Amino acid sequence: MTPLAAEVNENLAQISNYLIYSSMAVYMLAFFAHIAEWTFGSRSKVGRTAAALTGAKAATAAAAPAVQVRQKGALGSGETGGTAVLDKPKVVTRSAAGTRDVPDGPGAAGGTENGDLYGRIAVSLTTLAFVIEAGGVVTRAMSVQRAPWGNMYEFSVTFSTVAVGAYLALLALKKNVRWLGLILVTTVLLDLGIATTWLYTASDQLVPALHSYWLWIHVSTAIFCGAVFYIGAAGAVLYLFRDSYESHLEQGRTPGRFRSSVLERLPSAASLDKFSYRINAAVFPLWTFTIVAGAIWAGDAWGRYWGWDPKEVWSFVTWVAYACYLHARATAGWKGRKAAYLALFAFACWIWNYYGVNILLSGKHSYAGV
Amino acid sequence: MSTTDRTSTEASNPSEDSAEAAAGAQLSTAPAEDSGGPVGIGVIGWVRWFWRQLTSMRVALILLFLLSLGSIPGSLVPQNQVDAMKVAQWKKDHSFWVPAAEKLQLFDVYSSVWFSAIYLLLFISLIGCIVPRTWQFVGQLTGRPPGAPRRLDRLPAYATWRTQTAPEEVLAQAKTILGGRRFRTEAGTSAVAAEKGYLREAGNLLFHVALIVMLIAFAWGQLFKSEGGKLVLRGKGFANTLTQYDDFKYGSWFDPDDLSPFSFTLDKFDATYEESGPQKGTARDFKAYVTFSDGAHGAPQKREIQVNKPMEVDGSKVYLLGHGYAPVISVTDPTGKVIYKDAVPMLPFDANLSSSGAVKVPDGYHDKDGKKEQLGFNAMFVPTFAGAGKGTMLSQFPDLKFPVLALSAYHGSLGVDSGLPQNVYQLNTSKMQEFKDPDGQLFKKRLLPGETMELPNGAGTVKFEGIERWATFSITRQPGSGLALGGAIAAIGGLAASLFIQRRRVWVRAVAGEDGVTVVEMAGLGRSESAKLPEELGQLAAALHQQAPTAPDQPVKATVEGERG
Ligand code: HEM
Repeated sequence: MTPLAAEVNENLAQISNYLIYSSMAVYMLAFFAHIAEWTFGSRSKVGRTAAALTGAKAATAAAAPAVQVRQKGALGSGETGGTAVLDKPKVVTRSAAGTRDVPDGPGAAGGTENGDLYGRIAVSLTTLAFVIEAGGVVTRAMSVQRAPWGNMYEFSVTFSTVAVGAYLALLALKKNVRWLGLILVTTVLLDLGIATTWLYTASDQLVPALHSYWLWIHVSTAIFCGAVFYIGAAGAVLYLFRDSYESHLEQGRTPGRFRSSVLERLPSAASLDKFSYRINAAVFPLWTFTIVAGAIWAGDAWGRYWGWDPKEVWSFVTWVAYACYLHARATAGWKGRKAAYLALFAFACWIWNYYGVNILLSGKHSYAGV
Repeated sequence: MSTTDRTSTEASNPSEDSAEAAAGAQLSTAPAEDSGGPVGIGVIGWVRWFWRQLTSMRVALILLFLLSLGSIPGSLVPQNQVDAMKVAQWKKDHSFWVPAAEKLQLFDVYSSVWFSAIYLLLFISLIGCIVPRTWQFVGQLTGRPPGAPRRLDRLPAYATWRTQTAPEEVLAQAKTILGGRRFRTEAGTSAVAAEKGYLREAGNLLFHVALIVMLIAFAWGQLFKSEGGKLVLRGKGFANTLTQYDDFKYGSWFDPDDLSPFSFTLDKFDATYEESGPQKGTARDFKAYVTFSDGAHGAPQKREIQVNKPMEVDGSKVYLLGHGYAPVISVTDPTGKVIYKDAVPMLPFDANLSSSGAVKVPDGYHDKDGKKEQLGFNAMFVPTFAGAGKGTMLSQFPDLKFPVLALSAYHGSLGVDSGLPQNVYQLNTSKMQEFKDPDGQLFKKRLLPGETMELPNGAGTVKFEGIERWATFSITRQPGSGLALGGAIAAIGGLAASLFIQRRRVWVRAVAGEDGVTVVEMAGLGRSESAKLPEELGQLAAALHQQAPTAPDQPVKATVEGERG
């Protein structure tokens, strides 16, 4: 008998647990800061959406071609007078035919100073929590001297770390995604709660079938895709809310105060839709790669690269559902709400593949040590 | 501006709209939506209509959706192809549903008529989609970008300024700048048209073609594949011919001559297990050491086979699937002559390798009266016994820590002479009598290695000599895997090109105004969702602006700037 491949380092495993619990505490603080941001933001008077969709209607009807808000970060010095000499030409953009001309909302803080302060605190706390959580993942990996993705607990923890990481990366790239903060932190808390209470598995080694460098490749990309698809799905959900709010306004009806207050501060439906599309489209090739990598691994481990095992079936269903969504976007008459429902269906498939298939359906993949 | 307003403006301005439509024409090769009914006469009209429907984006979308829904049942109901035992169990548990499920081919979803219909239609649709799109794309490659629409300010991104540079000079500069950024340009009289990002369409076509390649590769593999299992005892060998396999499955076009001639012997088998902790007993590592020879003349080589590391031989792969124990048993007849000695593989039925099996002695036995008989023993083997009186014959650990063999003895006819194939792990006792212990019960005994049991009434002895190991191997051959992999890589590449590259057009117009100053207008049009388009147009405009700077003293503001918000 050869000695055990690696000795589990109980200490490191313990440290990892502490770090995960600490990150949960910090996420909790971030959650409260976001709540404060939304609360203070509600005291502002926004009303841009309503104005764009109702008041301004008559005024612009006969006007010259609508030109929309200037692109942020595009050219143009902030000149105001019409006759100033431009040092660079200014680009004006116009939304595609058939979409509403609505400016983006000002974000959760609603442009209020207090709200913005709390928002910044929330983002800082989220960053801190992310660093702690990432530390938890790394110490877990060190404690077992392997990739930290051997069971559902480890998978869940990494999943939320990556989702938050992706969100922070988008923020760092100066993308307008702060509206995502509250939802994201809430789900991360949920995910970590489920992971630590129900899915916890003591740190340990892997069954032989998982001993492969494909574990690093296949599982890491799978987690990454899931986390980013999650962000895309959150965008799609908010799009649906915001879109129905806008069409409400368009029909001249007045939505409830709470609904207005929250939805008005979000980006416009068109922006949310685009955001969700771009995210999903960007990850789709990687998801394709994940499945191919899984097939290659299955070919090495089980002697067939595709065998309709439940996990394989649901990866395929998820893949086809996302392909369906991308096609819907390219097909006239399917853009907008219908496409968003498809995106949500696709993400639901992904989630089911992760929780449902692991727990409820048995197959070759079910050694994942629930 | 609201949608309704836009529609009314557009309705009043049909010519402008068609100019805009022309500007965006063929920016993608997607088939046009077509919702009209069949046109033309009779069958041909209908066939044409059907074909147009099948190859439309809408139907492709519906078929894709059906494909994803259609694959779901196969993950909820066990599949013959995956695990026939589970199917049998399911049928037992849900007898009410069995007739309906059989009708719907729910146990063979992925080869069912309806599932095949969906994907065949989808792939016909795909081919019907790719062929015209490819021609169209080739046409676009040799074509020129369409001329500038009359009103550039109606396009999604727009910039304008006035300059003292002459219009011809501006246009020439624009052409150079655009050309320098690898736009394909086409100069008109007062405007330059430019286009870029053809690779997007190429990538998209590549992706869809790659899907077809993958399907063909998969079908090819299914038709020619072969897959067999073999249990090999330590020290014993295997040669790759049809007769050597324990079980063998193959595709419809498989030819036994395709089996590559090789052989190997199992020299040693290693397994390590978790010794403590919550996952005690979980396997950590399996390794089979074999001596392998390729063909009839190959020199023997030492090789290792692990769970994730099959041995590859000339298109076939040898996988290590499972392992277990084989107690070595010897039997003597009443005269004390050894009439049987063999290692008998036992089949594990739990994670700690509690195993069961049967010892069959078909030849050479004569009872005390000299009558020819056969002997049979039901056997249970545990590598780690819980201890006497613990009330269980289940193993506590998969490794050999306290091996115990339990046997119960029968004599009579094994039923092996009937010619019907028999399960080697089960004893058919229908034509056998039990050996009885003094209490008149079935004679059984637990043995430790080296122990011997005496059959009642001096009928002979059975000795538990020792323990061998065995491993099961699966030898598979699936041609077309390389093609499938190539298709998959091409698909990912094509997909990335198709999703990350934007196809876009830029127009630059320069005309002399009434006051002699040149008005420059630039506009961009992307296929969809382009965030980069205004940015890129801005960079182009800035570059052109350096060559044709804004005229000082602009008397009237010439541009519309409906900035709001
Ligand atoms: C196995 C089935 C199919 C899959 C998985 C698939 C997948 C995809 C994907 C991922 C895209 C990229 C979407 C984008 O550019 O935004 C795409 C585009 C496209 N697909 Fe498919 N497709 C399939 C079948 C078909 C069929 C049957 C047709 C023909 C009717 C088709 C026509 C198109 C077209 C025209 C585009 C480009 C749309 C555009 O220019 O935006 N596809 N497909």
